[in-house]
Amino acid sequence: MSWIYIAWRNLGLKKLQTALSLILLAFGVGLVSLLMLTEKQLSDTFDRNIQDIDLVLGAKGSPLQLILANVYHVDAPTGNIRLADAEKVIRHPYIDEGIPLAYGDNYRGFRIVGSTAAYTDHYGVAWKSGRGIESAFEVVVGARVAESTGLKLGDEFFSSHGLQDETDVHTDKTFTVVGTLESSGTVLDQLLLCNIETIWGVHEKPGEVIATEDREITAVLLKKRNPLAVLTIPNTIRETNMQVALPAIEINRLTQNFGIGMRTLHSIAFLIMLISFASIFISVYDNLLARKYELALMRTMGGSRGGLFLLLILEGGLLSAGGSLLGIVLSRIGIFTLAQLIEDKFRYDWSSMGLLPSEWLLVGMAIFVGLVASAIPGRSAMKLDTSRTLTEAL
Amino acid sequence: MIQCRDIQFQYRVGTPMMSFPDVECPERSQLLLLGQSGSGKTTLLHLLCGMLQPTAGEISIQGQNLVTMTERERDAFRGRHFGIVFQKSHFVQSLTVLENLAIPAFLLGEAFDPQEAQALLDRLGIGHKAHDRPRDLSTGEQQRAGIARALIHKPDIVLADEPTSALDDQSTQAVVALLEEQAQTLGATLVIVTHDQRLKDRYERRIELTDTVTNSLVS
Repeated sequence: MSWIYIAWRNLGLKKLQTALSLILLAFGVGLVSLLMLTEKQLSDTFDRNIQDIDLVLGAKGSPLQLILANVYHVDAPTGNIRLADAEKVIRHPYIDEGIPLAYGDNYRGFRIVGSTAAYTDHYGVAWKSGRGIESAFEVVVGARVAESTGLKLGDEFFSSHGLQDETDVHTDKTFTVVGTLESSGTVLDQLLLCNIETIWGVHEKPGEVIATEDREITAVLLKKRNPLAVLTIPNTIRETNMQVALPAIEINRLTQNFGIGMRTLHSIAFLIMLISFASIFISVYDNLLARKYELALMRTMGGSRGGLFLLLILEGGLLSAGGSLLGIVLSRIGIFTLAQLIEDKFRYDWSSMGLLPSEWLLVGMAIFVGLVASAIPGRSAMKLDTSRTLTEAL
Repeated sequence: MIQCRDIQFQYRVGTPMMSFPDVECPERSQLLLLGQSGSGKTTLLHLLCGMLQPTAGEISIQGQNLVTMTERERDAFRGRHFGIVFQKSHFVQSLTVLENLAIPAFLLGEAFDPQEAQALLDRLGIGHKAHDRPRDLSTGEQQRAGIARALIHKPDIVLADEPTSALDDQSTQAVVALLEEQAQTLGATLVIVTHDQRLKDRYERRIELTDTVTNSLVS
């Protein structure tokens, strides 16, 4: 026998009331925790992929689209730019390094991206097997791609034209896998890498050679040497079909846009939590009113005022702790389901499931407020007039 | 041993002052407190076990002065030395009968022996109800369970508040006999508080409460 056992059994006596309190709090905590996880995942993914890319050079169009297409590979590119124009920008004294990207083909829905060794170096991805690209039509496969398609060292395959479609297969050009990458949580997990000549080669008709000045690429990821690059580069390319966009600013704008939706969801979640605390309060208070005589009885058997206070606090504490834990479990189920849905569409990894520091805080707060909500009936229990309660109950 | 002298009690300032006759009851004896409704007998019962504090007078139980104790001390003292049988038996409804019997030991910080409790329930003829919820017991069984709970921690004094008011003649005799027998087994003092005239001739030691409410108002 202990206070917590009596509290537990008391909650069990009012199953529906207890269930309602638990469900409400579980949904409130679950929703807040789900939002926290989603925000964390998104900002982590965004940050990991931006990693020191200060500017993205590409064809004119929506700057956000330019970023999404070339940094995250989730949108269609804005168009092509002439290699000669791009090289002028890369050689600009304010620019430290430029990573060219050229693409337009896919293998089973995964993009085949032509670039240089600087691309893998930039993200610091470890090699799982094989070697780097040495010549055209050699391919290095990202971790997710390998997992999903089963491609391994030495395999050969054909690419399909376009970024998603698998109907228009280039059966005349064979790709060979010469290396695979370790998973890094970056966009490289989702890509097949080759050199830029490969991309040009795929689209050349037999016997045709594209003139050097006509060669095109899709975009260039730029690292600046001088902060003034952000101001001067746009001026130098004004006369071309090119634009530069700043990933940090575009992503900031994007998160601010869906931030409104997030804030609304946050408000709803906190409202549900508030209602659940009211429910815990009512539940414990109702128990107090219905069991006044029981409490007086415990006083006649040697129970102290403090003991009765503890009993009611424990009832509230059990409810809020149970509800919070259920909520965390719910958010895990939610994020897992979401990960399944989103991984197919956006090809991002949502697998980390650890409890965030902010979630510990959330659970701590929920338990604390649950205790406070039951402290009010607890105080009434402490003040209970034993003699009068026993007399009235007759 | 119960000794009360010159007890006066007032619920609130402005309400009538109640005066009670002196009570003296040696150990292992049996005492009947008889009085009509409103004669203040429940008040006296609550005073005896320290649930109420007298305005004036002395209450000494087992040689200890209740009046000078702190409330927490009185709570613990009451739990330790008294076993109270209520007119209508109430229980912690979420717990089984046996678990209800474990509460006094828990509140007093003592070990609980389930076998001993089961034996007590058997002795009272409700051993088969040990694992039922109190609400599933009949009124008679509930009263027996209430008696079991008052006795389980071997109190020095058993207080019974109107134990027979709802019973017919036959049951009255049976319940009172049961209380006497169990108190004797424990070596406890038995105090029965009642308006039930049927019990009057059963006890030599009895105090009738009349006119406890005096007209003198304390300003």
